[in-house]
Amino acid sequence: MNEKAYVISIFNLPKLSYRMWLVWRRNFDVFMKTYLVNFIPPLVEPLFYLVGLGYGLGGFVQPQEGLRYIAFIAPALVAVSMMYSSFFECTYASFIRMYYQKTFNAIIATPVNLEEVIAGEILWGATKSFINSSIMLVVVLIFGLITSPLFLLIPPLSFLIGILFASIAMCFTAIIPNIDSFNYPSFLYITPMFILSGTFFTITGLPQPIQIFAKIFFPLTHAVALSRALALGRINSSLLFNLGWILIAAPVFFIAAINLMKRRLIK
Amino acid sequence: MSQNTDDALIKAKNLTKKYRDFTAVDSINFGISNGECFGLLGPNGAGKTTTIKMIQCVLPLTAGALMVAGMDVTKRSREIKAMIGIAPQEDNLDPDFTVVYNLVVYARYFDIPKTESLARAGQLLKFMQLEEKRDVLIGNLSSGMKRRVILMRALINQPQILILDEPTTGLDPQARHLIWDKIKRLKKQGVTIVLTTHYMEEAAHLCDRMLIMDNGKIIEEGNPETLVKKHVGEEVLEVAYDEKVMDYLKSSFPEAKLEIVNDRIQVFSSQPRGLFTEILDKFSFKGAILRNANLEDTFLKLTGRRLRE
Ligand SMILES: Nc1ncnc2c1ncn2[C@@H]1O[C@H](COP(=O)(O)OP(=O)(O)OP(=O)(O)O)[C@@H](O)[C@H]1O
Ligand SMILES: [Mg+2]
Repeated sequence: MNEKAYVISIFNLPKLSYRMWLVWRRNFDVFMKTYLVNFIPPLVEPLFYLVGLGYGLGGFVQPQEGLRYIAFIAPALVAVSMMYSSFFECTYASFIRMYYQKTFNAIIATPVNLEEVIAGEILWGATKSFINSSIMLVVVLIFGLITSPLFLLIPPLSFLIGILFASIAMCFTAIIPNIDSFNYPSFLYITPMFILSGTFFTITGLPQPIQIFAKIFFPLTHAVALSRALALGRINSSLLFNLGWILIAAPVFFIAAINLMKRRLIK
Repeated sequence: MSQNTDDALIKAKNLTKKYRDFTAVDSINFGISNGECFGLLGPNGAGKTTTIKMIQCVLPLTAGALMVAGMDVTKRSREIKAMIGIAPQEDNLDPDFTVVYNLVVYARYFDIPKTESLARAGQLLKFMQLEEKRDVLIGNLSSGMKRRVILMRALINQPQILILDEPTTGLDPQARHLIWDKIKRLKKQGVTIVLTTHYMEEAAHLCDRMLIMDNGKIIEEGNPETLVKKHVGEEVLEVAYDEKVMDYLKSSFPEAKLEIVNDRIQVFSSQPRGLFTEILDKFSFKGAILRNANLEDTFLKLTGRRLRE
């Protein structure tokens, strides 16, 4: 295969059917078996951030965009939980299912095809984003940090954003040699994104090149902007750019993830 | 048991699989008839699992053609997979679930509703004598029990073709006989069975026909009894190793093939019974036996005694 054909083949349209939901359902069933255990970490972790950073650090920080610090970071933390839950679901957890448990091998022996397995995994990653960020949203709501009914749009948005992060994660899963290699995307991509996406300080305070870099390469920038706007009812036209970025990137990475995984698994 | 591959249920023509430059299956031809138990034998790395994975539509062919029930594996994989039950060589049971839930979730991939899959699971658990492990997590089963669960899972969609890749490896004799019994019953019901195994006794016992592969090529094909007769003969003489006996055998019977295995001399000859009495007369020693030639002799003769890396 020459280089051009190789690149094009990454964007072949996958053959999908309702069967991808059977794969989703398998993961959902595992989740529900131990749902109590599964709900606690996403409930506790944001509390630490809110209390520690919001109240603790907030005492030293000047208001950001005219908001108390805790009200500034709260919707961003909701977006961060979308990123973390879907990204880690489709890196470590998917890799374990694929490589150690051979779950994908078992499923593709049935009428479900490999494309549907990967799509189901990504949909499940998106669902984790929905679940965890919704829990977080409730916490933030209880803290009285939400001021607009538009916040009700955040859960559906969390699914879309979840698809994007899960797909990016799955692309890494398709190319890494072993599970330890996830350290690279985690520390070199996810951690800087966590810090530099307008989460804990406005992105406009950063040097111009970093701002541009963040807008191009850090989907979290867009997720934070949308989440904050909906939680606080601050709607403006730049949100169209944020939403458009996600709407374009999500299907592109979704399709690329499926094709890269096929390349990894079909010898 | 037709050798005519035109009406075969599974038909391979110049089937080839390369992993990069390495040829794992090298242009093989075979036909498996409806309702037969077909053995795929061969040393480690012969290409058995690779062949099976192509039949079950999870591994693309490099060249050649492969048809299952008249359908091309490269075009109609979903329909073919729906009619196949597979017990893979590797353990890929779902460790996150119990035994019964493994069956239910797997059945769901075939669109079998839960009431139906639970009923089938109940019957299979009973048959495999694993009822008391119904609600045990996979990780808490012994490896032999896992093999049995894998077999149950292969049957949950009531397949027309059952593919068993080393189904009895690691099983105790009781469980092995249980599975043989099940395989024979399924065969009576008309299920076509493709079996790989390293136990020659098992292959001889179950298979109507078999092919022996080595290095990706078919080296022999046929009915087990016929193969034994053709390559080894009726009987084999075994004598405890002794230099005098060895010298005697070599000089008196240049046509006989002698193999030293575990301090015993195995004598393959067209008239072993005569040899046997002669040797007894000459040396009058104990420990010489004359036994029926078996498939293991045939297999070793055809594939050599060298270990596969
Ligand atoms: N994914 C792969 N990539 C490269 N080579 C492979 C791959 N899978 C199998 N092979 C090679 O193909 C050959 C045939 O392997 P296969 O698994 O079909 O053997 P087998 O007959 O099933 O052996 P065994 O009795 O040990 O199960 C072996 O040499 C093996 O190393
Ligand atoms: Mg094998």
